[in-house]
Amino acid sequence: MTVLDKFLHGDQSALARLISFIENREDGYKRLLARLYPLSGNALRFGFTGPPGAGKSSLVNAVARRLVADGKRVGIIAVDPSSPFTGGALLGDRIRMNELPTDGSVYMRSMATRGSSGGLAAATNNVAVALDAFGFDYVLIETVGVGQVELDIIDTCDTVVVVLVPESGDAVQALKAGLMEIADIFAVNKADRPGARNIIAALQNMLEIKAEHSPWKWPVVPTEAIHDKNIDTLLEQILAHVAYSRESGLFERHRREQIRKKIFAILATQLKAAMEEKLNVKADLDHIVTRIYQGETDPYTVGDELLKLTQSE
Amino acid sequence: MPDKIRVLLAKPGLDGHDRGIKVIAAAFRDAGFEVIYTGLRQTPEMIVNAAIQEDVDAVGVSILSGAHMTLFPAIKKLLAERKADNIVLFGGGIIPDEDIAALEKQGIDRLFTPGATTDETIAFVLEAVGKRKKHEDIM
Repeated sequence: MTVLDKFLHGDQSALARLISFIENREDGYKRLLARLYPLSGNALRFGFTGPPGAGKSSLVNAVARRLVADGKRVGIIAVDPSSPFTGGALLGDRIRMNELPTDGSVYMRSMATRGSSGGLAAATNNVAVALDAFGFDYVLIETVGVGQVELDIIDTCDTVVVVLVPESGDAVQALKAGLMEIADIFAVNKADRPGARNIIAALQNMLEIKAEHSPWKWPVVPTEAIHDKNIDTLLEQILAHVAYSRESGLFERHRREQIRKKIFAILATQLKAAMEEKLNVKADLDHIVTRIYQGETDPYTVGDELLKLTQSE
Repeated sequence: MPDKIRVLLAKPGLDGHDRGIKVIAAAFRDAGFEVIYTGLRQTPEMIVNAAIQEDVDAVGVSILSGAHMTLFPAIKKLLAERKADNIVLFGGGIIPDEDIAALEKQGIDRLFTPGATTDETIAFVLEAVGKRKKHEDIM
């Protein structure tokens, strides 16, 4: 029996092994994904993103427990950063997820970014496909603690929850581009802290303008993840967004757009590798670098020349 | 890309002294490992469940409470039951020599006591993980 056979029989150790296989890009991982893709597409994917320490893990823990209580099966991916210096990582999201059941209804996997800078690991999307193909009803994805521009999560999820805290800033912060634009739902976690009402009001003001010409009215949900407070409301809003998204056609448009981006990402990787291989044979890059360094030519002219060179046989 | 070594570090039972395991976690991280830290008060079931879900190469357990003769064998037994006993199991704590001998006989791969260096621990895990047989047919 192969690991894939065991996976197809619902064996979580096999799932875990296949995820490593995909994550490490071991020989044959593309063929494996070709087997998993047709089995995927049924799970709903919810993303949780926000600054470090906002309570994303605790919130994912609370939402997952609620879904399991409803008899659902939940896969979780939690991403933490790899060191750019040593490649090592300390993955600590499980610390906040200790109350999850160990009966197989939940599978939780920690991932290190391994050099990616968009808030997720390069393989997170493929790991979500594996969880989806395994048969989980929901896949919850938690990003690293983000600033304003690590937005890969929108290309991986159907609905995105941006998790903020009372200290997250004022009305001007709420108006800024980036993170604040990708939310379908805002959760203001640690809502028992002072300042919660101010940030909720600031968000609502900003969203009122945004929602004027939109059928989707962005909800702002105060939560206290570690006290399990208002998690029902948050989940209701997430599911309301799914319903809206399905009805309006956004759901399908969004997924089609994700597939399109995925194709281009795969092509870009393949073209880059093929090009590097050709250039290593055909061009003396050290010499070219020297010529640019000495001011004899410039990187744009060289770029055009090298492109022609790689296209010639 | 060479495979990353993934290590689960856990603290079972009721003792809350996690200074040591945090030092170990930082040392492994700095040595290029992916370290999954579970936090305090884990049951053997939780540790083994996490080890399997995370597909780790090694599990390191810190016990300072005196419950080592119960907890280590319990973890080893559960790993075996779930066909995951090729995962390297090591530990650290205040453990008398005769207990170490008994535990190593029961299949705990290595136990470290106060005075052991982080380099020693890392070298042990690297070597033990390197020896794991890992052949399997994926598809």
